[in-house]
Amino acid sequence: MNTALPALVPALPALGAAALFATGRRAPRFARPLAILPVLISAVLALVTALQLGTGRTLDAATRLTPTGGPDISLAIHLDGYTSLITVLVGVVATCVQVYSTAYLRDDPRYASYAALVSLFTAAMFLVVYSGDLIVLLVGWEVMGICSYFLIGHHWETADARSASLKAFLVTKLGDVPFLFGLFLLGADAGTFRINGVLAAAADGRLAHPTLIALLLLGGVAGKSAQFPLHTWLPDAMAGPTPVSALIHAATMVAAGIYLVARLLPVFLLSGAALVVLAVMAAVTMIGSALCALAQDDIKRVLAYSTVGQLGYMAGALAVGDREAAVFHLVSHGAFKALLFLSAGVLIHAAHTNSLSAMSRMPWLAERVPDARWTLGIGLVALVGLPPFSGFFSKEAVFSAAEHATTRGEALTNGVGPAAGVPVAAGWIVLVAALLTALLTAAYATRLWLLAFPGRGAVAAAGTVVPRGEAAEGHAAALADTGEDLPVAASSTATAPSVHATEPAAMRWPLWVLALPTMVFGIAGLRPNWLPALLDGGSLRPSPATAVLGTGLALAGVLISYAAWRTVTARAARARAAEAAGAAAPQSTDAVDPGRALLGPLYGPAQHGFGVDRLYERLFVLPTLGAARLVRFLDREVVEGYVQASGGGARLLGWAVRRAQTGNAQTYLSALLAGVVLIAVFVAVGT
Amino acid sequence: MHLAYPAVLAALLFSVGVYGVLARRNAVLVLMSVELMLNAVNLNLVAFDAWLRDALHAGQALTLFTITIAAAEIGLGLAIVLLVFRTRGTPDIDRLTALGDRVAERQNSADDSVDASKGQAVS
Repeated sequence: MNTALPALVPALPALGAAALFATGRRAPRFARPLAILPVLISAVLALVTALQLGTGRTLDAATRLTPTGGPDISLAIHLDGYTSLITVLVGVVATCVQVYSTAYLRDDPRYASYAALVSLFTAAMFLVVYSGDLIVLLVGWEVMGICSYFLIGHHWETADARSASLKAFLVTKLGDVPFLFGLFLLGADAGTFRINGVLAAAADGRLAHPTLIALLLLGGVAGKSAQFPLHTWLPDAMAGPTPVSALIHAATMVAAGIYLVARLLPVFLLSGAALVVLAVMAAVTMIGSALCALAQDDIKRVLAYSTVGQLGYMAGALAVGDREAAVFHLVSHGAFKALLFLSAGVLIHAAHTNSLSAMSRMPWLAERVPDARWTLGIGLVALVGLPPFSGFFSKEAVFSAAEHATTRGEALTNGVGPAAGVPVAAGWIVLVAALLTALLTAAYATRLWLLAFPGRGAVAAAGTVVPRGEAAEGHAAALADTGEDLPVAASSTATAPSVHATEPAAMRWPLWVLALPTMVFGIAGLRPNWLPALLDGGSLRPSPATAVLGTGLALAGVLISYAAWRTVTARAARARAAEAAGAAAPQSTDAVDPGRALLGPLYGPAQHGFGVDRLYERLFVLPTLGAARLVRFLDREVVEGYVQASGGGARLLGWAVRRAQTGNAQTYLSALLAGVVLIAVFVAVGT
Repeated sequence: MHLAYPAVLAALLFSVGVYGVLARRNAVLVLMSVELMLNAVNLNLVAFDAWLRDALHAGQALTLFTITIAAAEIGLGLAIVLLVFRTRGTPDIDRLTALGDRVAERQNSADDSVDASKGQAVS
């Protein structure tokens, strides 16, 4: 096959972005077609490329871009099953997001530049995925970073968005510095920047410093994929528009780090220490972010922490050497997290608030957004990992990979590297953390659902007056919504026929486009000649032990969360009754939050991300500000003092000399004479 | 004749010239004092020429040269003084400070204006 087709895939959105930047202000009518069409065509081309490539084949083409004196930089394309899968995901999600944005940002005055940045971002992601050269990959990597910065700061009128965009930029750049050095070291050790060359060098054992390289690269990966300790930017990045969160901060950009590790996995497999570090990083990220998600009130922050946690799953899968499971989870997570974010966007659009506790006091919300209610439910079930949704299969793949890695030499590396290269410790760490996180994920997903659509009974308990007869129905809906029999609940509550027109069609059908893969994509891993054939060929079937364990824990999480919600709701109702009876029981409006009951004393710290932000502020921000103040002081008072003093001294001297310029010639002559006499006397005395 | 007499006479003449140049106010008198200084030099030149018995009489030749230059110079000088007198109405050299620093001049004029206002206030 020719290389023109895959070359067009990144080129088209980039050209579209350039056209949008050029014409956006003068011809706003063309902004929408220019935003949607290139991305759509790219998505189709990516699909065609994937189909042409088929399974089990790779394509490499390269042209030397520039000689450097060291390893050359080449414009290289590398296509295999991984790139096919991820480019199709990126294309689909980006198209959905562009369509959705036309409605979501309909009245935005900066829509053209927004759409252009999204297109540019899409092009950069395609470039990262297709690139066969590390330096070209780095270009795409950094373009994505800057697009993310601009898009988070899209509402730059608010201080939140400004500081969040700066934070995202600085934190990811903090990771990118070691990443850059890691790339240089990798290129120097392997003698080439071509990824194939690097992998060949890793296979031959020609890399002199594998641990150092892997750890340096992990810095960039932690920054881009929001892993502990550089995860703090992602929850704040929710200041951007919701479609951006769906595209960049859930589905694609944050997955770039995972994708890079997957591509360079043979290098990482050379270093057991780096894998253990990655495993610990993933474990801390998973558990911490799940706890944080349980305590957040902003629906987008819940989803953001959930993204951090799911990225932790992918990192964990990589730490146990199974890149198939990681990419499997990447793709299914990309679909269902984009779905969750877009659904949450519809909710926010309808409710005009991000706050879950505010949503819980809006009984009409469920009827207002029927599509989003369904798709949010689908996405949450996939997130929890209940069969047969995609999340179950991909999460299951991670579990079984971790389980295999707990036995030495059994890790599912699928021939990418030596199975014995995966430390047993990494397997145990990932397995335990992943199982614990499955429980917590189920808990916070249930909490999100219960708070967003509490049903009428809970609303009544929380203080909103509704007719008595409807309360029981809402109660039944809430009960049913926790598990598989979701349709019963939805059909029983979808009452008002006119509410369907409330959200524009462009915001509704992308949800269903994404809901489809969320529901059925997981099945692709069942047969070895379906998805695994596209990847490394290993098995992605769920293994019985972990499947039962994982699903059981997820169900337990759901039930615990629901029980806690029931308890706090009942307590709130009792308190309300007591209040009505005249007792002076102060009722707090957010008492129905099951997260508070579940987390107990951890609730406060978890709400603030366990103080990591505050710690960083103490450790890095304040010293930096102090240093800046010191530099300012030195500049203003010391350096500028010298400059000012030299100027003042010259002026003073000038003033003194000017005093002598009286214009009276006789004075000058007198001074001249006096000088001559003095010189004469000195000469006479001297000799 | 001993060399001391013309030398002392020349020194006295020069001193008178210096005093005139530094102390007189009238520009014409200043020019005259310059002439006195030049002539003191001339006297010295001639006296030393005679005392040293110079075969080429360089001193006398230089004296003639100086006299010529002095004549031209005094002509030019008097012409300038005449023009200054015509434009400014005064030959007083203390008042011809147009080339001085403007700040100093402004201070002078400020002093003048203060004096003037004082005068006005009195009147």
